[in-house]
Amino acid sequence: MTTLTEAPLNDADGLLPSKKKSSGGGLGTYILVRFFLIIPTIFILVTLVFFLMRVIGDPITAAQGGRLPPEALAQRIHEAGYDRPILVQYLEYVGQVATGNFGTTITDRRPVVEMIITFGTATLELAINALIVALLVGIPLGLISAYKRDKAPDAVLRFFAILCYATPVFFAGLLMKLAFSVWLGWLPVAGRASTRTELAMGSLAAPTGIYWLDALRSGNMAAFGDVAAHSVLPALTLGLLTAGVFLRLVRTNVIGTLGKDYVEAGRSRGVSNYRLVTKHAYKPALIPIITVMGLQIALLLGGAVLTESTFEWKGLGYQLVQYLNARDFVAVQGIVVMLAVIVAVTNFIVDVVAALIDPRVRY
Amino acid sequence: MNATKVSGRKQPLFYRLPVISHFRSSVGLQRGMLVTGLVLSVVFLLVAVFAPWIAPYGFAQLSDAAGPFPTQQPPSPAHIWGTTVGGYDVYSRVLWGAQTAAVVIIVAVAMSIFLGVALGLVSGYFGGWLDRVFVVIADAIYAFPSLLLAIVMSIVISHGQSSFWGGIVACSISISVVFVPQYFRVIRAETIRLKAEPYVESAKVVGASSIRIMGRHIFKNATRTLPLIFTLNASEAILTLAGLGFLGFGIEPTSAAEWGYDLNKAIADASSGIWWTGVYPGTAIVLTVLGLTLVGESINDLNDPRLRGRKKAVAGKGGPDSTAGAQAALEAESRVL
Amino acid sequence: MTINIDKPGQGAGPVLDIDRLKVTFATDAGDVYAVKDVSLQVNPGEVVAIVGESGSGKTVTAKTILGLLPETAISQGAVLINGNNVISVSEAKLREIRGRDVAMVFQEPSTALNPVFTVGWQIAEGIRAHAGTGGRSKVSAKEAKARAIEALRKVGIPDPETRVNYYPHQFSGGQKQRVVIAAALALNPGLIVADEPTTALDVTVQAEILELLRDLRDNYGTSIVLITHNMGVVADLADRVVVMYQGDVVEEASSRVLFAQPKEDYTKKLLAAVPHLGRNSASEGMVERAHQGGKVLVEAKNLTIEYPGRLGSPAFKAVDGVSFTVSEGEVFGLVGESGSGKTTIGRAIAGLNRTTGGSLNVLGYEMLNFKERTFKPLRKEIGFVFQDPAASFNPQLTIGDCVAEPLIIHSKPTAAEARKRVGELLESVQLPASYADRFPHELSGGQRQRASLARALILNPKLLIADEPTSALDVSVQAVVLELFKEIQQEFGFACLFISHDLAVVDMLSHWVGVLYKGKMVEQGLGNQVMGNPQHDYTKKLIASLPVPDPDEQARRREAFKAVLHS
Repeated sequence: MTTLTEAPLNDADGLLPSKKKSSGGGLGTYILVRFFLIIPTIFILVTLVFFLMRVIGDPITAAQGGRLPPEALAQRIHEAGYDRPILVQYLEYVGQVATGNFGTTITDRRPVVEMIITFGTATLELAINALIVALLVGIPLGLISAYKRDKAPDAVLRFFAILCYATPVFFAGLLMKLAFSVWLGWLPVAGRASTRTELAMGSLAAPTGIYWLDALRSGNMAAFGDVAAHSVLPALTLGLLTAGVFLRLVRTNVIGTLGKDYVEAGRSRGVSNYRLVTKHAYKPALIPIITVMGLQIALLLGGAVLTESTFEWKGLGYQLVQYLNARDFVAVQGIVVMLAVIVAVTNFIVDVVAALIDPRVRY
Repeated sequence: MNATKVSGRKQPLFYRLPVISHFRSSVGLQRGMLVTGLVLSVVFLLVAVFAPWIAPYGFAQLSDAAGPFPTQQPPSPAHIWGTTVGGYDVYSRVLWGAQTAAVVIIVAVAMSIFLGVALGLVSGYFGGWLDRVFVVIADAIYAFPSLLLAIVMSIVISHGQSSFWGGIVACSISISVVFVPQYFRVIRAETIRLKAEPYVESAKVVGASSIRIMGRHIFKNATRTLPLIFTLNASEAILTLAGLGFLGFGIEPTSAAEWGYDLNKAIADASSGIWWTGVYPGTAIVLTVLGLTLVGESINDLNDPRLRGRKKAVAGKGGPDSTAGAQAALEAESRVL
Repeated sequence: MTINIDKPGQGAGPVLDIDRLKVTFATDAGDVYAVKDVSLQVNPGEVVAIVGESGSGKTVTAKTILGLLPETAISQGAVLINGNNVISVSEAKLREIRGRDVAMVFQEPSTALNPVFTVGWQIAEGIRAHAGTGGRSKVSAKEAKARAIEALRKVGIPDPETRVNYYPHQFSGGQKQRVVIAAALALNPGLIVADEPTTALDVTVQAEILELLRDLRDNYGTSIVLITHNMGVVADLADRVVVMYQGDVVEEASSRVLFAQPKEDYTKKLLAAVPHLGRNSASEGMVERAHQGGKVLVEAKNLTIEYPGRLGSPAFKAVDGVSFTVSEGEVFGLVGESGSGKTTIGRAIAGLNRTTGGSLNVLGYEMLNFKERTFKPLRKEIGFVFQDPAASFNPQLTIGDCVAEPLIIHSKPTAAEARKRVGELLESVQLPASYADRFPHELSGGQRQRASLARALILNPKLLIADEPTSALDVSVQAVVLELFKEIQQEFGFACLFISHDLAVVDMLSHWVGVLYKGKMVEQGLGNQVMGNPQHDYTKKLIASLPVPDPDEQARRREAFKAVLHS
């Protein structure tokens, strides 16, 4: 549950100078430098996760200890190479990660990469749905809140934003389940799709794994309706959490730019208030907004783990909890490292987008 | 010019003084937010302290003189908020949960403030390669989903499940690992900003040592935002704790009452229409986080250091928010070179 | 300069008529009266200057003209523009008036332009905002752009067809201000309100912008309300002057009359406080450099200071091969515009910046091998006064604590000794000793700058570095501080490096003056020689650009220097 604190840190101007400085030779250099910054980030996280997980002991003992006789256990540990010095194992692991090999899970003996791809699409689908909700709700409401600053609509919206943030996703999920599934009976209680749809999706030739996309591509409207019905509550649950943060982010930054001289300059030329908010103040505010939104990907993924558990949405987060409970630390390590890579790459893309909007970096 | 001597500047009550001064400078909507937040936070603290006296039963109590508690019973006079699937009294567990949450917040935030502030000051002031290493590490941790990090930490520390104090310490450490980079970032940024302030440079010019500059000139000014981060992080700590509990990596139900754990058990209940096991602990989380966040947000609003500084220098009166416009106009006058 | 109070060929009535304007800001602690009673008229083609120090209400008055005051402000009286009372018209009507009847030029061109839109778009915004209202037909994007190009051409932006697509950061400071003026001119308003239009600019650029504003008036008959604190600017541009003090109009007269025969005491005091180039020079009557018998305290030989460039971009040379000396008891004036490297040199002498080439010898210490540990003993011989008096004191400490700090670090006195010494110093900078117990925010800007001087002098240093010590102060406060500075320098006898962008101020204090331009020392000599008979082209331009507070003299200078300014 990261955040709420970084908006004040990255105020409208805070991010620009550093970007400007590091741009040196313009956008190309900036992107290049920013790209190389991903590597230490991922490296540090891989290292951190590797050593943390090894503090507990070797993964085989953790998962199978007590279930296997000591000799068999020692045999398996030896086979997997966990009896070698930790540094050797570490270097080997870094090498493997660099080539895209995350090892094989201990409990169900699947290649970690394959497992991540299988369940990753479900998480991706949830994240996209939630992001759509968050953007559709957060940005317009944030603009309204900034526009009506310190008036009644602003008060209501700010309270709404804090409420969104203050409600843990699993509690929000529980309330929605109670209201829309149990009492009103409008929407399914849990899962990604009904069994029939799951089967239909599984039999497709080249599935993307994102159900609504697959359903649309195969023209199966019944399946699409089913998938949509299942998506509403998880998307709302995770989306509203993020929307609260977005709303606050847009509000703070637009209020910041509304106080700038160039907005007053626009006003002095007769530009309407509506246009001042939606154009003159909004676009310069977008640069810090997008940058901080990028940091929210961590919040979104953390929230996804909880949302998936709440709605039995069989994605990476749901699977992570299963593997955690089974003490399968090879799988856990794989998923955690994968999420770290996703976060680092997303932040890179977001920073590049923010740079593209900023003409001071572009030219 | 405000010529009266300001008393109480030495701030013996470091935490409370800012909130009181914020209260006095707030108006209208902002005061409403602050008061709501303060009331909720105070109620939370009172419940946490007095839970043993208020709660009718213990957090792990399954029976009383009248025999074992019924399971999944709707609210009744004996169990005003009903009972859980395990036969716990919901009302009692919600009250006891406040205590767990409060202790975790205090331990976690205290640990992370201490480490984060020290690292941030040193890193920001001296700069150089050490600073760069710290920044890369802090940014890496910061960008990572904090809940996942907390899970990994809690497994490392306690292998997932543990006793009251063991669990509290494990949770607190897991949460502080997430927060240290945040404090680090804030204090470092502030230190770097202050380092370029003329009053710090003037101390440098007269030959003040680095320790003297950090202690006397930077520390106090850099940590003025701490009450704000404290309240915001406290609410984050509760959410992280609840998240850990919900996923089953928190504290054993027999060791302490924990809202997240209770909600985990309540998810299954919800499908069969049993609402009381989830709604009460959930509402407790929401109200607590709401209270702390409202206090933090209000402080943030009232705390704009630029406005505050000018307020004293130019007019010496008024709450910053309502007079922001007036200040801006007056400021424009005094900005003239 | 011709003064056209009623320029022929224009409508007879005034374009702006302010009648008994009163502006109050509502705050928790009660009402703040920013403008108490202001009446004034501006005729077509007339330049009216509103002059005053901070807190005079001049900016509030300017904002009222466009209805730009925040909601907490309550305005009473009337502000009539073309028959519309800006104070009472509807929001929609106000939008129509803004830009079409009256437009504004802002103080800081770098913040008045939106960094993420092209300048053409920003100018077109104003044009399109008025399309479809007041009987005008809709304007296509193409037409709006064509008109933006036209506006840019009017203000002398070269190659406007290309530059219309540029973003603000691609222009220099002076060009940005031209763009802001172009945006104001886009709809040919009869009145322009210019709020400190040249304050953020260097003096050479200021001269160009003033010329542009004068051309606008002469060629298009645009009336201008000029808000400024700079009497030189007033003398250069204004036909009529309104002097404001604490929300009231103190005096109103034609520019010539006001400067020649000010009636009110406040105006007289204000005019007397304005530094006037060539008057009150510290080097008056000198023919050779003084103090050369004493020890040389600072010696720069071919000094170079570079700031490292980031990632492949070349290093920035802030100071490039500068040589000079400062001897015991001498005041060395260092003058230059922004980016000239003057502050960098001052900071390098105090060990705040590292030198990268050549030699800089400070009190016998070679700064090229700077180590904080070995330099520290010398620090008690160096005092430093910073530009911004508000920021140079730790807000958490009392003035006494701040002033005593050098003493405590270097000689570890008892509390009573420190207190006594602080009291003495405060008194020698003409502050009551009791101010030691006050906090910085309880002092005014001038008082703080005096306390800053006390702190710099508490250890009786041999060398004082003063970096623009008066440029954040009002002109009347500046005069007092400069006078004090002069007295104290004579009393204490320290050597001083006096850094300023203001030629007149430097000349008032310095025996020897060096002129910096883009990191190079282009000229140095006795103050009276540099000011009176400049040798280098840049110095000539600098002096020609500086407006003097006397309309007749300034008009003569403008004619005489025409060639220099356009070189």
